[in-house]
Amino acid sequence: MNENSTYAVEAHDLVKVFPRGNVRALDGVSFHVEEGTILGLLGPNGAGKTTAVRILSTILGPDSGHASILGHDVVKEAETVRRIIGLAGQYAAVDENLTGRENIRMVGRLSHMSWKASGARATELLESFGLSDAGDRVLRTYSGGMRRRLDLAAALVARPPVLFLDEPTTGLDPQSRQDLWGVIENLVAGGTTVLLTTQYLEEADRLARNIVVVDHGRVIAEGTPATLKANLGTSVVSITLRDNDMARRAALLVSSLSAKEPIVDHNIVELTVEDGPKVGAEVLRTLDAAEVPIGGLALREPSLDDVFLSLTGHKSEAETEAERAARLGRAKGAKHRGDDPSDAGGRDAA
Amino acid sequence: MTAVVAPTIGAPISSGHRLRWMFADIFTITWRNLLALTRMPGAMFFSILQPIMFVLLFAYVFGGAIHIPHLRYIDFLIPGIFVQTVSFGSTSTAVGLCEDLQKGLIERFRALPMARSAVLAGRTTADLTRSVFVVALMTGVGYAVGFRIGTNVGLFLCGCLLVLLYCYALAWSFAGVGLSAPNAETAQVMVFPIIFPFTFASSAFVQVASMPGWLQAFAKNQPVTQVVNAARSLMVGGSVHDTRAVWLALAWTIGLLVVFIPLTVRKYRRVS
Repeated sequence: MNENSTYAVEAHDLVKVFPRGNVRALDGVSFHVEEGTILGLLGPNGAGKTTAVRILSTILGPDSGHASILGHDVVKEAETVRRIIGLAGQYAAVDENLTGRENIRMVGRLSHMSWKASGARATELLESFGLSDAGDRVLRTYSGGMRRRLDLAAALVARPPVLFLDEPTTGLDPQSRQDLWGVIENLVAGGTTVLLTTQYLEEADRLARNIVVVDHGRVIAEGTPATLKANLGTSVVSITLRDNDMARRAALLVSSLSAKEPIVDHNIVELTVEDGPKVGAEVLRTLDAAEVPIGGLALREPSLDDVFLSLTGHKSEAETEAERAARLGRAKGAKHRGDDPSDAGGRDAA
Repeated sequence: MTAVVAPTIGAPISSGHRLRWMFADIFTITWRNLLALTRMPGAMFFSILQPIMFVLLFAYVFGGAIHIPHLRYIDFLIPGIFVQTVSFGSTSTAVGLCEDLQKGLIERFRALPMARSAVLAGRTTADLTRSVFVVALMTGVGYAVGFRIGTNVGLFLCGCLLVLLYCYALAWSFAGVGLSAPNAETAQVMVFPIIFPFTFASSAFVQVASMPGWLQAFAKNQPVTQVVNAARSLMVGGSVHDTRAVWLALAWTIGLLVVFIPLTVRKYRRVS
C-alpha cells in the first residue's frame, strides 16, 4: 500500500486497444481524483469513458499504464480494490427477476457482509432512496428512474469510499435526474469520492469539482467547469441553408464574424460567439447582400456538442475511416456524422 | 484516509477464509438463480409440461410400434426420458448465462470482491438443483403411466445420481456456449443442434440395433447412449443389465467435466 498517495483515484497513461476493429479505446489517459470530490469524465459515445471506468474497477486490464484506488494498484491488488469500490453502470446492472431488497442483499452477500447485516443495510438503503414501498416488488415493475436508484443503492451496500458512476442519468427524465443528482451530492458530502462519466455538460457542471474531457481515447481538456466554459463563447448562431454547397459558401462569408471558425454540418453552419443577437443580425445582412438564401436562423446556449466542436474542431489530423467505422459500429445510438472534414470533432453526443 | 474505509482493507485473507467465502458466493449465486426461476412461473410450467408430453407421446403414440425384447416399453423408455429431459433442460444454462452477460450483471459481479468461479458454479448448481426436482417429478409421472423399478430403490437412486452428474457436466459444457453467444435467442438455437442428434440418435427411445449401420457406429459410441444404458441398468436391470455401460457413462461424464470446466472458466475470464 502506497501511503504517499494523496489521491483517491489515479490513472497514469492508460492504454487499451480492442483487437476487434483495432480500436484504441484509451490512448494514454491520465487523471486523478482528489479524495471526497467528484471528477466528471466527459466525452461523446465511444470516447473511452466506459473503458476507463472498467479498468479502474478491475473489470478490464489495461494494455499499458497503471492505475490505483486509494493507493492500491488495480491490477496487482485487484481483490483489495474490489472491496473499496462501488460501481453503478449505464445499463443498470440489476436482476430483473429479483425484488429491490433481494438485489441489494445479493450484492451485500457477494461483498461478504453477513446475511443479517446485508438485510438491515437493504432496508436502510431502500428507505433513503425512496424505494421502501417498492422494495419487495420484482424489478420488472420498476420505472427507469427507480431502477437507476436501485442500481446506485446496490453499489453502496458495502459503504465503498470510492464510487464509479458510468452515465448514471443517461435516458432519465429531468425530475429523476435531479433526484439522482441530489443523492450523489449527499454521498460526496459524507466523504465519498466519485468518478462520474457523462455526456451531459450540465451534469458535470452541477456536480463535478473538476472535469476531464476525453475524445478518441485521449484527454483533450481538463479543469474546473468554470475554466472550460470560459473557453467557449456564450451563444451559438445556427444558420440553415439549402444544401452543403450553399452552407460552405455561407461559412466563408460569415467566418469573419466570429473568432472561432464556423462549423459546417451538412446544410447547417454554426458560429460560436459572445453576442448572439448582434452577430445574428450581421449574418442576415451579410448573406442577404451575397444573395445566399437562408432557410432558418437560430440562437442557442452552447451545448456539450459545442464544447467538443470547439475543443476538437481545429484538430489538424482528421479521424481515419477505420476509426470512424469502428466507433460508429460500436457506439450504441451513434448517429452518422457529416462527411465534411471540418466536422471531424464529433456530432454523435445525444 | 477517511473513517468510511473499512479497517480490513489491505489485510491478508487466510486461505480457509477464502474457501469459506467461495462456497458462500456459490450459494448466493445459486440462491439468486433459483429465486429468479420461481419468478417465472410460466416458464417453469412449460419446462415441466414438455417432458410430461414426451412421456405420453412415446408411451402411447410411438410405444406401440417399438418392440423391445424381454421388456415392457415403458420400463425401457423412462430412463431414456430422464436423460433427454435433463439434456434439454441444460439449454437454460447457456441462455441464462448469456442473459446475465447481456444485461451487465456479470460486469457488476466482476467488480465485486466475490470468488471468480462463483458465477459459473452458482449457475450450474442452480440448474442441477432444478434437475433434481425434474427427475423426482418424472419418477412420479413414470409411475403413473406404469413404470416400475426393476432393481431396488438404492440402485434406482444411483441411476438418478448418474443422470444428474451427467446433467451437471452438460451444464458446464453449455455454459461455454452461453458465454460465446451474442444473445440469449442465439444461445438457445446454438445449443439445440448439439443436443438434438445426441439425444435422438441414441438408445434413449429405441434400440441402437434398429438403426442403419453407419448411424449405429455413432449411436453406440456417444455419451448419451452410455448414460442411458447405465441408467437403465441401474433402474431396470434384468435383460438390460450392463455394468460396462455404468463405468463408461461415469468415464464420459467425468471426462466432460475435466475438459469443459477449464475451457468454460477460461472463456469466462476472456469474455469482456
